[in-house]
Amino acid sequence: MRYSLFSLVRQGLNDHQQWPRAWRDPQPKPAYDVVIVGGGGHGLATAYYLAKEHGVTNVAVLEKGSLGGGNTGRNTTVVRSNYLRDDSARLYEHSLKIWEGLSKELNFNLMFSQRGMIALAHTRHEMHEMQRRLAALRLNGVDSEMLTPAELRRWVPILNPRPKPRYELLGGMVQRRAGTARHDAVAWGFARAADARGVDIIQNCEVTGIRREGGRAVGVETTRGYIAAAKIAVVVAGHASVVMAMAGLRLPIQSYPLQALVSEPVKPILDTVVMSGLIHVYVSQSDKGELVVGAARDGYVSYAQRGSFPVIEDQVAALIELFPIFSRLRFLRQWAGIVDVSPDLSPIIGRTPVENLFVNCGWGTGGFKATPGSGHVFAHTIAGGEPHPLAAPFGLDRFTTGRLIDEGAAAGVAH
Amino acid sequence: MLLIHCPWCGPRNESEFACGGEGHIQRPDPAMAHDEVWVDYLFYRRNPKALHLERWVHAQGCRRWFNVARNTLTHEIRAVYRMGEKPPEGVR
Repeated sequence: MRYSLFSLVRQGLNDHQQWPRAWRDPQPKPAYDVVIVGGGGHGLATAYYLAKEHGVTNVAVLEKGSLGGGNTGRNTTVVRSNYLRDDSARLYEHSLKIWEGLSKELNFNLMFSQRGMIALAHTRHEMHEMQRRLAALRLNGVDSEMLTPAELRRWVPILNPRPKPRYELLGGMVQRRAGTARHDAVAWGFARAADARGVDIIQNCEVTGIRREGGRAVGVETTRGYIAAAKIAVVVAGHASVVMAMAGLRLPIQSYPLQALVSEPVKPILDTVVMSGLIHVYVSQSDKGELVVGAARDGYVSYAQRGSFPVIEDQVAALIELFPIFSRLRFLRQWAGIVDVSPDLSPIIGRTPVENLFVNCGWGTGGFKATPGSGHVFAHTIAGGEPHPLAAPFGLDRFTTGRLIDEGAAAGVAH
Repeated sequence: MLLIHCPWCGPRNESEFACGGEGHIQRPDPAMAHDEVWVDYLFYRRNPKALHLERWVHAQGCRRWFNVARNTLTHEIRAVYRMGEKPPEGVR
């Protein structure tokens, strides 16, 4: 069913009791051309583009819990593409361009809002670094511009108004095409569109083993039985090294908690995303009025999805320093997702030493923004067996060749 | 908040410490090691969803390094022992 104003009115007349399911709930078949492990945004996007661009529709997406119940539902919904390195800028800009037309393409309201993202500079060194990044972005055709302190205060009047704040505001950099999107909607939109093209989305189906015959992967053991697959694509966050160990492979990944907080809803007060890399916090206001606050990742390897208290304390202290007006806000929820961080803070996309086994992981603290682009280039990689040109630099072999994509711009708090 | 027993200062809050990642990593002989060994040394770390042996430093205290055996799922600290020592019997 196509969603439209007409369908909304018609269903409204029926008290919304007759909306059809958005996607089927199929039993797993014994074999598929492609099995995708992980039903988050990236996995569902991969399935959608496999079906749409490559005509591969005999595809299953296996999800151990519910769709988008992992990091897709735990991030802080920021979308941007202002990365320093050429390879990253191209990949994330590819993704941002897809975002711009995606609600229409999927016929699903992703609530994509290009409200801009401002990074603040509190020191001269940060100003220099920003100007360097700006120059790199310009060369890669990514929109970004510097803001003076006066422009900053005009846009965000609630920034610390004291004449001599502890962290001086020297300037900022804005990407106006950056913004936020509704994270659940991205998973649901891709799921519905992939399902419509014949992809089987199988929830509550945990992969417990990857079966190999010699150097080839031939299928997956799951809690709902064995499923054979001509190709297996692992697209998981937080557990990439655990899943790949099932195939006898190691990954250069370490897993850490990344936390976020949400405040009680308040009237509109902040119409953009503001981040400070120096004092480690970023904040935006959701359409419901809640402030969504993110910070740095925790300091040690963990699979406990809760995060440590000192990080919350630092994050809230930084928030109050930047925005004293928020000091009496109450926070409703705090949570953590486990993020897989690679040595150069860039994702790992491509083939593995095991034939027919592909991996897309290591998005670290900032994978949400890349969801459509990641699925798009990964589907190309799976279908053709050769990496998409934009994904080629992100192969696992870069740690042996030494051609790292050392992405400092992803390192701080700008997820 | 973890309560970490520094071998020199006793129990202190987690916020006084910094984690230095996996412990007991041996640097290979650069003259003898081929690429695979170096890649392993530089980039590959154990990332277990289980007991993990790691280095910590008492950054806001005595500033000394030591080893911690900690479960990465429950955060339970099974043992704390000094640099150069092996993990206690029964912890591995």
